[in-house]
Amino acid sequence: MMRIRSSAIVMTLYLLFLMIPIYWLVNMSLKTNSEITSTFTLFPDNLTFANYVTILTDPSWYMGYVNSLIYVVMNTVISITVALPAAYAFSRYSFMGDKHLFFWLLTNRMSPPAVFALPFFQLYSSVGLFDTHIAVALAHCLFNVPLAVWILEGFMRGVPKEIDETAYIDGYSFGRFFTRIFMPLIASGIGVAAFFCFMFSWVELLLSRTLTSVYAKSIASTMTRTVSASGMDWGVLAAAGVLTIIPGALVIYFVRNYIAKGFALGRV
Amino acid sequence: MEKTQNNRAWFLVLPVLVIVAFSAVIPLMTVVNYSVNDTFGENEFFWNGLGWFEEMITSDRMHDALGRQVLFSAIILAIEVPLGIFIALNMPKKGFWASFGLVLMALPLLIPFNVVGTIWQIFGRVDIGLLGHALAAIGIDYNYTNDPLDAWITIIVMDVWHWTSLVALLCYAGLQSIPQAYYQAARIDQASRWSVFRFIELPKMAGVLLIAVLLRFMDSFMIYTEPFVVTGGGPGNSTTFLSIDLVKMAVGQFDLGPAAAFSIMYFLVILLVSWAFYTVMTALEKVETK
Repeated sequence: MMRIRSSAIVMTLYLLFLMIPIYWLVNMSLKTNSEITSTFTLFPDNLTFANYVTILTDPSWYMGYVNSLIYVVMNTVISITVALPAAYAFSRYSFMGDKHLFFWLLTNRMSPPAVFALPFFQLYSSVGLFDTHIAVALAHCLFNVPLAVWILEGFMRGVPKEIDETAYIDGYSFGRFFTRIFMPLIASGIGVAAFFCFMFSWVELLLSRTLTSVYAKSIASTMTRTVSASGMDWGVLAAAGVLTIIPGALVIYFVRNYIAKGFALGRV
Repeated sequence: MEKTQNNRAWFLVLPVLVIVAFSAVIPLMTVVNYSVNDTFGENEFFWNGLGWFEEMITSDRMHDALGRQVLFSAIILAIEVPLGIFIALNMPKKGFWASFGLVLMALPLLIPFNVVGTIWQIFGRVDIGLLGHALAAIGIDYNYTNDPLDAWITIIVMDVWHWTSLVALLCYAGLQSIPQAYYQAARIDQASRWSVFRFIELPKMAGVLLIAVLLRFMDSFMIYTEPFVVTGGGPGNSTTFLSIDLVKMAVGQFDLGPAAAFSIMYFLVILLVSWAFYTVMTALEKVETK
């Protein structure tokens, strides 16, 4: 009984620690700027949604969200599509150089985006992709493809090989076996991998800011630029922050039962 | 699982190779190219050999940034790993509260990096932030924009806030995989709480814990956006970590040669440490499956 109680206290304290800064952001987003700078209150005196209205009615703000979502979804689709066959190969076959290749893929997850920012800028400018959604989606493949391969390989390893062999004996072609039988079996793994691609592409700022300027400008860079230009519009900044948390919260809710296993990259 | 020897598996890996080659190898080669050339603009390059590397290896600026970076990563690991394990041990095992806790804990992980910075900027400021205000109210002189120590503390607390859940979730996944029979056996042997942790839980968590340490090391070593938003590398240079310094050099001052040489050495350090982790990890997996 004592133990249950002490762990409940630990968890409550930890969750409070996590939630208070977020609460403060929400609190700020519901205040007017004059209230933020002049008084100090734990709850908004004059509850206002004006900050949200500003964002949701101004295209230069809300297009940031649309652009971010476009390249994040593109990146997730590309990453999963190319990672699926590769992960299958790594989990089922041994071939020349497989271990080195696997480690080399992982090194890309380890490379600092700061190293790549400038060369990416030049590469995508020279092929005419600068300031397009696909440029950011491809750049994020740098770390998302290796991650997707790693997670999917972990999940595929758990599927017994006898299933493959039985399917081939029954006359399934590789393509039909893969899409009809194998993919449904690792559906939760695909979901987790997609979740992680979504997450890392959504939170990344440096590359998306470097590779876009106007048409494909992401919400992250919209936030940084507008803030510096207008002299700290705290209320709108906080509201924009709150709105970036919502997609993440929705996605977490859907994968909550697989989250722990996913973070262990399928290796539990 | 026994794997079939089949070199045609290369065809399955080909799409990944093409896409990663485009997004990794070509840019990396550009960096290598810059690092051995000097330029006066207009795309004219002159061979500079290893000059930039020598310059960067001996430069105080890089030493300082590297020193701060190593210190930061070390502090982060020293706090987040034990705290993450502790939280994981206290998490409810199943039911509504388990899901509830999981969702709330994962929330900071899905907040864009710059918003994490913004949250802590707003939270910590003395004039409008709850933390800054509360500390001022109890008489602590705290101002992260002026005082290097306060800036460091703010950034470390921010990182703990942001990433401890990752370590905790990984350990939680490891703990979930321990069969109940192990605990029953320990109860029969009248094992203490500590020996249950030391001889049952810790060994079972070793694999995921290594992943956690690896991920936290890599990401803290590359940290850019959060400190950049909160402190901009200041006050002075006190929170200028490697990535911040690199971007300043490459984009701010356009010193391509030194920045490229810097990048390559930076990349090699991370690669080396990660390789060591990876080797230990695969060795560990082999031991487990035997």
